[in-house]
Amino acid sequence: MPQNEYMERHRKLYGRRLDYDVRKRKKEARLPKDRARKARKLRGIKAKLFQKERRNEKIQMKKKIQAHEEKKVKKQEEKVEEGALPHYLLDRGVQSSAKVLSNMLKQKRKEKAGKWDVPIPKVRAQSDAEVFKVLKTGKTKRKAWKRMITKVTFVGENFTRKPPKFERFIRPMALRLKKAHVTHPELKATFHLPIIGVKKNPSSPMFTSLGVITKGTVIEVNISELGLVTQTGKVVWGKYAQVTNNPENDGVINAVLLV
Amino acid sequence: MLAKKQKIAEEPTQDAAPPHTIQARLISDSGEEAGPPINLPAGVTTQQLGLICNALLKNEEATPYLFFVGEDEIKKSLDDTLDLTTIDTENVVDIVYQPQAVFKVRPVTRCTSSMPGHAEAIVSLSFSPDAAHLASGSGDTTVRLWDLNTETPHFTCTGHKQWVLCVSWAPDGKRLASGCKAGNIIIWDPETGKQVGRTLTGHKKHINGLSWEPYHQNPDCRKLASASSDGDCRIWDVVLGQCLLNIAGHTNAVTAVRWGGAGLIYTSSKDRTVKMWRAADGVLCRTFSGHAHWVNNIALNTDYVLRTGPFHPVTDRAKKNTNLEKEELKANALQRYKAVCPDDVESFVSCSDDNTLYLWRSNQNKCVERMTGHQNVVNDVKYSPDVKLIASASFDKSVRLWRAQDGKYMATFRGHVQAVYTLAWSADSRLIVSGSKDSTLKVWSVQTKKLAQELPGHADEVFGVDWAPDGSRVASAGKDKVIKLWAY
Repeated sequence: MPQNEYMERHRKLYGRRLDYDVRKRKKEARLPKDRARKARKLRGIKAKLFQKERRNEKIQMKKKIQAHEEKKVKKQEEKVEEGALPHYLLDRGVQSSAKVLSNMLKQKRKEKAGKWDVPIPKVRAQSDAEVFKVLKTGKTKRKAWKRMITKVTFVGENFTRKPPKFERFIRPMALRLKKAHVTHPELKATFHLPIIGVKKNPSSPMFTSLGVITKGTVIEVNISELGLVTQTGKVVWGKYAQVTNNPENDGVINAVLLV
Repeated sequence: MLAKKQKIAEEPTQDAAPPHTIQARLISDSGEEAGPPINLPAGVTTQQLGLICNALLKNEEATPYLFFVGEDEIKKSLDDTLDLTTIDTENVVDIVYQPQAVFKVRPVTRCTSSMPGHAEAIVSLSFSPDAAHLASGSGDTTVRLWDLNTETPHFTCTGHKQWVLCVSWAPDGKRLASGCKAGNIIIWDPETGKQVGRTLTGHKKHINGLSWEPYHQNPDCRKLASASSDGDCRIWDVVLGQCLLNIAGHTNAVTAVRWGGAGLIYTSSKDRTVKMWRAADGVLCRTFSGHAHWVNNIALNTDYVLRTGPFHPVTDRAKKNTNLEKEELKANALQRYKAVCPDDVESFVSCSDDNTLYLWRSNQNKCVERMTGHQNVVNDVKYSPDVKLIASASFDKSVRLWRAQDGKYMATFRGHVQAVYTLAWSADSRLIVSGSKDSTLKVWSVQTKKLAQELPGHADEVFGVDWAPDGSRVASAGKDKVIKLWAY
């Protein structure tokens, strides 16, 4: 180990060799050739390591050159963006909300046609056997005309039960749901909204009237709290949504709004 | 005729069987007595009070008045408002009268035309002070001038490279300034639609507001103040195209600028303060702090008179074309300004993201009143043209009405289903129009404190609303790229 900075000291006292600069320049000029020779000569793991190092160096060099070139180029004019906002909304970070939300007319027309181009067009048909469980009644359990619904149902607010003796379809309380998680496909936001009714269960009209909600069912939800407005300035409050999950398995209803 | 009516008005005094008369005195809201105390029957109605008041003040033209006892407005008759069982009949009751505008602006009810033309959302629009022109700035980088007689496009002014965020008319109506997102300001001539002078460059970020020097200080309309998001406020000479002063003092974006009538410039900023500067040399005169979040906008009590300059656009409509000397016009403007603000102490309101408004006077550091009640960001605030009321628009879907004198809460207008962006007053201060995110405009009546008219028609958010200074029509524009004009 060298003691003290004797080289610096010597340099300060006596200066450098007279041909120091020339030698340095020449050495530097020879360096690439030396390295190339080395690269050619090396074999095995040493070659691998060397080449990796070389490659990284070259990448850095290219990047540097590019950066310098960029500085010379004049900055181009900023493109005019779409979706102009007034100055009071500019720094608020408003998410670009969806376009004009479709009006009621369109929905009505679709309703008349009876067809929606729904997000889930094909749904597996639910058979009666799957949805209804036969309950044996009577003193000796030989009657079998009662049915219990094994899927999630929506029961309206003003529903009154028939006397239990004559009730053919039993909709268990535990499987009744009143709210659904509805996703607005354009806003990409999900809201917890109350259900108004079951519009159509594709499996059977009877399921529709019973309020059975399975995957693919079209339900009507109350969107008044989203504050959507029609062309005429009225507040939209009911809109259709299609169920996207299997509510009987999940315990919640997930749906996507039909816009 | 007047005397006859007065006789009718006084008749019930003579034959009223329960002789319940009240000693009353009519005083103005600044405390001047109209005449000696008089005996009034308890059942005196507002019409009768109006006749008496007009007679006492010796008005040549009958002026409509509002009457107040204490805080309460007399809506029908005096005994409806006063509780006669508890009142001390020995004392003199003070009835405060408030003159209303003689003219009436009719509420707008229908859309007279939708004018397409812009290729992008329209973010700003403004009527000229004499209500002869309409200018709009849009996201398609153009300013457009519209012909209001035929309701067709007049000129398309190209020059900006970015969204045109604000447009502002000089008080003489002969120049239009527009500021863009890139920070450039261009002056236009509304008669030819051409650029005047060179582009004013200097701001580094988008322009949030423009304000011209008041007419009574300089009838040439040469100076312009601009507020930008880079935290500066600049004063420009539009003839030379130079920046005269750079007022830097805010630490965050300046959101609004107003050139007051007393040679002071007011700026509000996102650094939570409102500052007052001397326009001549840019010295900071006062800092008004109190807000807890961004200050979004300010409104001066002199806004309307400064905007309309020498003439009242409704009552002096005939005088518009007369060629008066500039000195005379300047004197007119000064007189109008002095009527609103006789002692050069302007009051102003600031609205903020902290859901409150503050009422300030330019000669005191402390606020007059902190106006709370809104439940979300308050985005816009405007003084009524007669400087009696303040209206504020908020993202909580409501418009609120406040008394301008002391900032007391008066009413809430609910009805919008989305954030309310802007509002505008009619020239007679009896109506407000508000534009909202829910794509509708709504006209509110101040007298009944109710919705007067609903104006659907826009297909998307409404960004800008303006009521012509002469009250003839309303213009609105927004994201659906269409300008709509509304009239009675």
